[in-house]
Amino acid sequence: MSCHSTPLWKQVVLSGTEKLQSWVDFNITISCIILWISCFESLENHVHEKLVSLSLLQKDFVPFLLNFLREQTSQILTNGPSTPAKTPNSKAHGNQRTGSEKRAGHTSGSSSSRVQLFSERTSVTPSAPPPRRGRRRGGSSVGAAGRHLEEDGKGESPASWSAGRRKRSEVPLVPAASPPSQLNLNNLEEFPPMGAASGWTNKPSRRINPTPVSAERPLSKPKMCFTSTPVSQAPAARFPSGTSLEAFTAIQEGNIASVVGSSLQEEREMLKKERYHLRGCASLPAESLPVTCANPAKVSCKKQLECLAQLYSSCIAENLVPNIFLELFFVLQLLTSKGSSAEDEENASRKQHFRNVHNCVYFAVQVLDYQIISRLEKGTLKLLAENERIASFSPTLHERLRQAYESSTAKVSLLLPCSVQSVSFQPETDNRSNFPTDRAFHIFKKQRDIFYELLREWEDNHEKTGWDFERSGSRIVGAELSRFAFTAPYSSCLLKMCKGPIGGGTSWGDTPDQDVLNMLGPDNLSRLKRLQERFVVPQSIGGPCPPPSFTGCQQFFRDFILSAGSYQFNQHLVDSLCLKILELDGLTLIEHVHSDGEADMDEQDEKKRFTVVLLSLRLLAKFLGFLVFLPYRSMEQPTRDLLESAVALRNKPALDVLKLLRQSIRDRRAVLTIPWIVEFLSLVDHIAPFLDYYRKVFYTLPHLLRGRLMVLSEEKEMSFLNKLLILAVLGWLFQVSVSCVSEDSVPLVDQQLLYTCCPYLGELRKLLASFVAGSGTKNGGFIRKITPTAAESLAPKPSATQRKLQAELEQAFFHNQPPSLRRTVEFVAERVGSNCVKHIKATLVAELVQRAEVMLQDRVKEVDANHDKLLEEACAQLYEEGAQALIRGREFCKKKGPEAVRVLLPEETSAAVLNSAEDIAVELATEKACGWLSANIAALIKREVKATFNRMLKVPGPPQPSEDAQELRRACPPGCQHRAPLPSQVINEIKDVLCVAVGPRDEGEVIDYDWLESLLGRLRQTLRCRKFMCPTSEQQLAKCTVELASLLVSGGVPLRRSPASPGRSAERRRAPGGLVARLLSLWKEDFGAPVPVRLLLSGRNVAYAARAQRPQWDLFLFMLRGLVEHDLMGINEIVNCLHNLKELPWPSDFLKELEGLSGAFVSEHGAAAAPPAARSEPPRPVPGALAAQS
Amino acid sequence: MKLSKAQYDEIAQFLAQVQPTRQSLRQLKDKFPSQSQSTLLSIFSQEYQKQVKRTHAKHHTAEAVETYYQRYLNGVMKNAAAPVLLELANEVDFAPSLMARIVLERFLQEQEHAVPSKTLINSMLRDPSQIPDGVLANQVYQCTVNDCCYGPLVDCIKHFINNSSCSLCIAEDQLRAKGYDKTPDFILEVPVAVEGHIIHWIESKASFGDESSHQAYLQDQFWSYWNRFGPGLVIYWYGFIEELDCHRERGILLKDCFPTDIVTLRHSMAQH
Repeated sequence: MSCHSTPLWKQVVLSGTEKLQSWVDFNITISCIILWISCFESLENHVHEKLVSLSLLQKDFVPFLLNFLREQTSQILTNGPSTPAKTPNSKAHGNQRTGSEKRAGHTSGSSSSRVQLFSERTSVTPSAPPPRRGRRRGGSSVGAAGRHLEEDGKGESPASWSAGRRKRSEVPLVPAASPPSQLNLNNLEEFPPMGAASGWTNKPSRRINPTPVSAERPLSKPKMCFTSTPVSQAPAARFPSGTSLEAFTAIQEGNIASVVGSSLQEEREMLKKERYHLRGCASLPAESLPVTCANPAKVSCKKQLECLAQLYSSCIAENLVPNIFLELFFVLQLLTSKGSSAEDEENASRKQHFRNVHNCVYFAVQVLDYQIISRLEKGTLKLLAENERIASFSPTLHERLRQAYESSTAKVSLLLPCSVQSVSFQPETDNRSNFPTDRAFHIFKKQRDIFYELLREWEDNHEKTGWDFERSGSRIVGAELSRFAFTAPYSSCLLKMCKGPIGGGTSWGDTPDQDVLNMLGPDNLSRLKRLQERFVVPQSIGGPCPPPSFTGCQQFFRDFILSAGSYQFNQHLVDSLCLKILELDGLTLIEHVHSDGEADMDEQDEKKRFTVVLLSLRLLAKFLGFLVFLPYRSMEQPTRDLLESAVALRNKPALDVLKLLRQSIRDRRAVLTIPWIVEFLSLVDHIAPFLDYYRKVFYTLPHLLRGRLMVLSEEKEMSFLNKLLILAVLGWLFQVSVSCVSEDSVPLVDQQLLYTCCPYLGELRKLLASFVAGSGTKNGGFIRKITPTAAESLAPKPSATQRKLQAELEQAFFHNQPPSLRRTVEFVAERVGSNCVKHIKATLVAELVQRAEVMLQDRVKEVDANHDKLLEEACAQLYEEGAQALIRGREFCKKKGPEAVRVLLPEETSAAVLNSAEDIAVELATEKACGWLSANIAALIKREVKATFNRMLKVPGPPQPSEDAQELRRACPPGCQHRAPLPSQVINEIKDVLCVAVGPRDEGEVIDYDWLESLLGRLRQTLRCRKFMCPTSEQQLAKCTVELASLLVSGGVPLRRSPASPGRSAERRRAPGGLVARLLSLWKEDFGAPVPVRLLLSGRNVAYAARAQRPQWDLFLFMLRGLVEHDLMGINEIVNCLHNLKELPWPSDFLKELEGLSGAFVSEHGAAAAPPAARSEPPRPVPGALAAQS
Repeated sequence: MKLSKAQYDEIAQFLAQVQPTRQSLRQLKDKFPSQSQSTLLSIFSQEYQKQVKRTHAKHHTAEAVETYYQRYLNGVMKNAAAPVLLELANEVDFAPSLMARIVLERFLQEQEHAVPSKTLINSMLRDPSQIPDGVLANQVYQCTVNDCCYGPLVDCIKHFINNSSCSLCIAEDQLRAKGYDKTPDFILEVPVAVEGHIIHWIESKASFGDESSHQAYLQDQFWSYWNRFGPGLVIYWYGFIEELDCHRERGILLKDCFPTDIVTLRHSMAQH
């Protein structure tokens, strides 16, 4: 340490803010300090001269500041998990724990922190060899157990970071050889074993340690930012003898000067003393403390706090902290702290600035005042705006928050349902022709079914204890998973089900229970959801750094891979995931050049597309990461041999993420690529980070993030929320990235996406909510109304239920259609909507402008015309007419949408599909166009009128959109209501009649005449409605009626008249005739199928008459006549049949009667009949028949 | 008509003791007047089918066939007009239509000295006037017309029931032509919502949905349809056991009639 004997950070630590205050006396402003801290290049010209000489220490400042804050507040913070960057003294000096750590001790056992934000200084270890000076060795440096990434000799600044994976083992970490690794492989919280609950159960202690800078490169870039080290043991203990020394040496090189080491040592000692002191009064179990009422009047050392707050805020705003969300979380923790309010005189004298709630809150409010919290999502803003402490400590901030809340539209739900969805069968890819053999096709079919069966089983059982996925999963292994084709449904299903929030996020059971919904009525759905959030959410404050995990239905897909354990399947899946990722990552998402008017509209579309693509990518990448690193994943640290061979061999990446990463940065689309690469990398195995390839990736990330592009306070190159997303995911991955990337200036990220990708951001809100819940005070809040403030609708909207159902129907409709249909419809909607706006501008608006021109032309000539007022008046008149835009827009979409859809969809698309597709396209286009128009038409008119007014130019008039569109519909007979009795019912009843007629019948069993008559009437109705009729069934029905006729004419049907009907003898005789006549006309008029009337004269049917005791021959004859009259049979045909009948072996008297019948018929139709008979004789009863009658 | 499991069990218990005849059906109706006739008939039919499945083999042994044929011959020799075959079927506890088939087959075998084709037999069962022996023709007809579980008439009724569907559908044969591997009766190209549930397909079952048949259908058909086309509707025209309708949320809806509460995809905006 050169010039100044006391480093700045030392000053801070030693004397707290008093020293900071003294800077003010130096005339060094905070911004100057910030500039000083953040300048990585030689900026000494712009920096205050007093600070230039301190440039060596700049990097150490932020860690010390953060650590200082954590240290100071350790005793008072009891709400929520502790944030990283707070830790007791060096472990090397006695494993002491802070109060919070002790409290957490029972849950964690391990005191290793999830992430050590700043590297533990290894020099403190007694075993540390003396550090060497000079440049570090190149990339070959092995054994940096401190997990420092050495730069690989390219002269670039080393990236440092911590992340990695560790396994659940309390076992001392025993790397046989510890090559350079930045990953904190042994950190349980950071990377718990797969499937472990993601809840944050322990409260590890945190510490930020300064990383000293080697003195010989004062003006060069910093070599080391912050690295992490597990702190559970003294570094030396982690290295087995033999290798450890060498390994350990490496990390010391160029890194740590012994001088610095010793001075740091001093600091630690002091801190330790300080803390000992604190512990004297910090032993109360804080959870039991009631919420203290924070009082602005009781704040002490305001000036120092303000100074600290300003400094700290600037660090956050300038993006100098490792993870801004971590800091925000910390600040909110301070804001909501429930600790003691007691003044402690002794403490006060010991420079304890955060000894009470009042001070904490004061500090927090001060910090918040500088922050960008107004860009947080609405729910968080609401909680902040309602926070009483803020209101009492800073009315201005309160007011600002309130305004921010009111103007915020960024509503984010932390809880979204996800449900099982099937992947539809697509003939182009799934039918037999896509498979080489029947067998392959069959296996594929079977797999699909088994897969969903498993899914359902998992859904039912995975939360039950003792259920074994392996056992069920073994079935699918048996089903030969190797088929490449199966990966397609697998990944589609994965995408469909898991893309939700939290990456498939909410657990299965979180979907609102349908019964509850039905009870409440779906209109209350959103209310219920919010209620649910309120109940569920505050209870689970997890902290802002959850470990990567598979949640919800993602677990199924992970378990599926694990229990299927099929190499072929995995390989195919990797290939298909890579392919899909490359495809999505390469998508051009921004293709337009914003033209004036529709910019908003297009932006909205882009955002939507971007969201979908980003979420898909993240999910796919996560599973790709899982698969790629799966074979190498193990519970133990790899042995040195293993590591060496792995490093030598494993260098071919499955997917060239490095290239993609570099490309994305070059093309300025990191906002798309980085989030998924982070997902991918979050699942690396122990060894991967040591491989040259991934080392470069891990190096590239933080390196690229350096620079001022990511500074949140500067909204130049990149959209604020875009930056925030990248910062959040990287902050999560590393917990240690100093500054971040550059990217597209297009604001693609919105709050919902941000929160979806980084659910841990919701922790901010949960923390606040839990404060409200716990405070027990009037937690009404000023913003009570829970009803969503919906945007005003264009047209009278149907109820929420109907809308929801319609939306679902729409989704369902696309589900089983080829994906191209959806793309087409969306494309058409987008273009037509856009064209519609253009059209309206060119027509209606132009028209109005013309009229305005006329209006204005007259008035302009008036003397003393107030031009502004004129303009206003003219516009006001036009606004009303502007409403026409919606009507015209709707008409336009209605006309153009279907045209376009029709042209673009295949000719063969069925009418129903086409109609629906058209409707949806029109709907979407209208929504888009009218949505935009209703919001902007007035402004548009005004702008145009103004422009015209200024130029007084003319614009041509518009054509009128016309209307058409008709639908043709088919129905069976005109006006048919399809209300006829169902054929099945009728035939069933006829069958009953036949049963009774054929027998055996019970004693006295008869058929009611009227009933039978009505049955035939119903039969007629049934036959006339063709809706449910089909040929084969109709034939069967015809056959039954023929049978019935035969039985009727042979007297086989035991008919009974109803008592009510008149019993005239003539009528009685003709009664069955009436039925036969009905049947004849049915056959003639109503049957579509041919009626087998010939059967009437078949031996079997005539035999009914033979068996009957009293065959009704006149009725038979009546029927024969009817057949002729109705043109159902020709005379000759009948005569021939009768002739043939006589050939059969009948009883002799029956044969005689039959001959009589034949004779009678022939005599009636003598002229045409072949056998000779009397011609043109008037009809007369057959003798036999008459005899039989009586 | 939906039945509770308990109601169904009671009916099934009663049916275990009776013959599948008109008379039994009447008894059934008298005993369970609150149930619709078609439901009772369907349950009857299915319970009986289960029984027949169990005993089917027993009636098709060479000895059994021979015994039945001889008894038939003896019977009609005594009185050709008596319901010989029908009574025989009832006596040995076998479906009349199936008994008719056994005897007809045996008869044709004797006549033609060869095993008759299935098509021929089916055709004769549908139209007994084709049977060369008039007496047998009548006997067979009596059997088929009296059988409420099997036979051409019952098949026809089932067919009619299955045919009662909607115009939005693509029929099964068309789907098969497109290469779909498992196909429900109808696919709705444009999905509709029934009672608030989206459906993509309709499967029509001319039967009562009892536990065993429903489980089998789920396994072999319904879930497979779901896996391919998403949620759908199953219509058990003769009713089902209420408790089985437990997969609504998962996408299999049960109904006992054609639904009336249908919401179709319609756009309020587009209609303006």
